[in-house]
Amino acid sequence: MVQPLLQVRSLDVRYGAVQAVDGINFEVEQGEIIALLGANGAGKSSTLNAIAGLVPTFGGEVQFDGQNITNLRPEMLPGLGITLSPEGRRVFGTLSVAENLQMGAFGMKDPHEIAAAWDRVYTLFPILAERRDQFAGTLSGGQQQMLAVGRALMSNPKMLLLDEPSLGLAPKIIEQIFELITTLNQQGVTILVVEQNVSMALEVANRAYVLANGRIATSGAAKDLAASTNLQNAYLGGA
Amino acid sequence: MELFLQQTVNAFALGGTYALLALGLAVVFSIMGLINFAHGELMTIAGYVLMYCGLAGISFVFAVPLALLASTFAAVLMERVAFRPVRNSSGATMLVTSFAVAMILQVLFQNLISVRSQPVLLPEALSGSIMIGGLVIGVNKLVAIISTVIMLIFLDRFLSKQKYGIAMRAAAEDFAVARLMGIRANTVIAGAFAISGLLAGVAAILWVSQRASVDPLMGFTPVLKAFIAAILGGLGSLRGAVAGGFLLGFIEIYLAAFLPPALQEFRDPIGLGLVVLVLLMRPNGLLPAASLKAEKV
Ligand SMILES: Nc1ncnc2c1ncn2[C@@H]1O[C@H](COP(=O)(O)OP(=O)(O)OP(=O)(O)O)[C@@H](O)[C@H]1O
Ligand SMILES: [Mg+2]
Repeated sequence: MVQPLLQVRSLDVRYGAVQAVDGINFEVEQGEIIALLGANGAGKSSTLNAIAGLVPTFGGEVQFDGQNITNLRPEMLPGLGITLSPEGRRVFGTLSVAENLQMGAFGMKDPHEIAAAWDRVYTLFPILAERRDQFAGTLSGGQQQMLAVGRALMSNPKMLLLDEPSLGLAPKIIEQIFELITTLNQQGVTILVVEQNVSMALEVANRAYVLANGRIATSGAAKDLAASTNLQNAYLGGA
Repeated sequence: MELFLQQTVNAFALGGTYALLALGLAVVFSIMGLINFAHGELMTIAGYVLMYCGLAGISFVFAVPLALLASTFAAVLMERVAFRPVRNSSGATMLVTSFAVAMILQVLFQNLISVRSQPVLLPEALSGSIMIGGLVIGVNKLVAIISTVIMLIFLDRFLSKQKYGIAMRAAAEDFAVARLMGIRANTVIAGAFAISGLLAGVAAILWVSQRASVDPLMGFTPVLKAFIAAILGGLGSLRGAVAGGFLLGFIEIYLAAFLPPALQEFRDPIGLGLVVLVLLMRPNGLLPAASLKAEKV
């Protein structure tokens, strides 16, 4: 049997008395796009941050590519082939666009690989090449999101964790972001994406998990979930 | 006019030393939110190395790099032993830790070396002076200004051109995300301390070269001033630290030179009053840091 690329078992995340993630299980197969959905405060970011080592896990185990990465320090992950583009973009505003991208490739040694990464990102996002010397803080929201994704791609990851990439963007830009997710997936990147934009996320994803109060409330093929009429009302806070 | 120019040179020399010290405080603060009051003891260590080299007959040319090496190494060691265990604690905990480190080192200096001030042998050339355009300028002042400029250029190049320098700026802005990029927390923090130690070493050499002596509390006053300078410039902002250092140097020197004799007694309060005035107008300092969030997810 082929092992899933990412396997999360009984993941438990707590902040003091707050139980943010309550023993969830899920897996992502090589080549999939998986959406992680849920209302505000459901525990989506906590899940991604725990996988990335930004917050400690209280219990459970995370396996990536056959390796136990539970509670590994965040700086170790890009080298293993998994990167997180965090919620709120968080580009380095006082660094130039090019410096942001350079930081994305921080751990890479092979100059050919690094050159290929620059090529790939500047081909995907010509605007970043155009603005390479501009401070990232002066980019528009959409451009910053592209920079955040481009920066995460610079380490040439097998798997990308995206936390709300469409947050606060105009509808046209959101469409571009979801197209991008598909494109990257076709380039061989496995993707776990957290989204509030449920319909768009279910359109591009293969499967989805819906979180509510730190537990997986439901899961399944994206098209089945999209067809289920009560998904919004039941788990995603209506509307 | 001549007196004014003369004092301006002095102000640049003193302000430059404050700037280097404030910069050392700011580099560490911007990365980990720690105000390191033991920074002064790094100066003192460099000072004692100069003293011992003089006693051992080691030429000043070799004593300088040894002193710089000592303060740099001491800074890295200080981080490893004292600050790493409290890295994720509150700013207050780290501040108190730095006071403890400072006091422990002061007591060690007093007991292992001497309570009293010790003379430091300096090359004769340093106490000479040269004429530039009708101005008599002390060689030590000139050396101080040139060293400061070299250090500032060096640091600016490092932070803007080197991969590790850029990583330090990234970590200063958003430490957690810098780590997500694969930038090692330990490396960046050790690097920040190494730079602050090097800056303290240079400042110590300049400080000692104006006074020719070293004592266990040598670092206290200049680092207190540097702390004021860093706040004046905008805590955590590197350019601010430099600006604040120079401004404080100018305020002190000009007040000492031009305040009427009757008011000289009140020189320090007047100087601090001016600092407070600047901060009232610019509460975040002259050139505040872009990101003041001490986020540490
Ligand atoms: N650093 C923290 N300290 C304390 N509680 C936290 C912290 N981070 C998150 N929480 C709590 O954990 C729970 C889950 O938060 P999380 O950020 O994972 O939700 P989310 O699903 O990403 O929500 P959103 O859609 O709003 O981003 C919430 O109740 C939140 O208040
Ligand atoms: Mg979230």
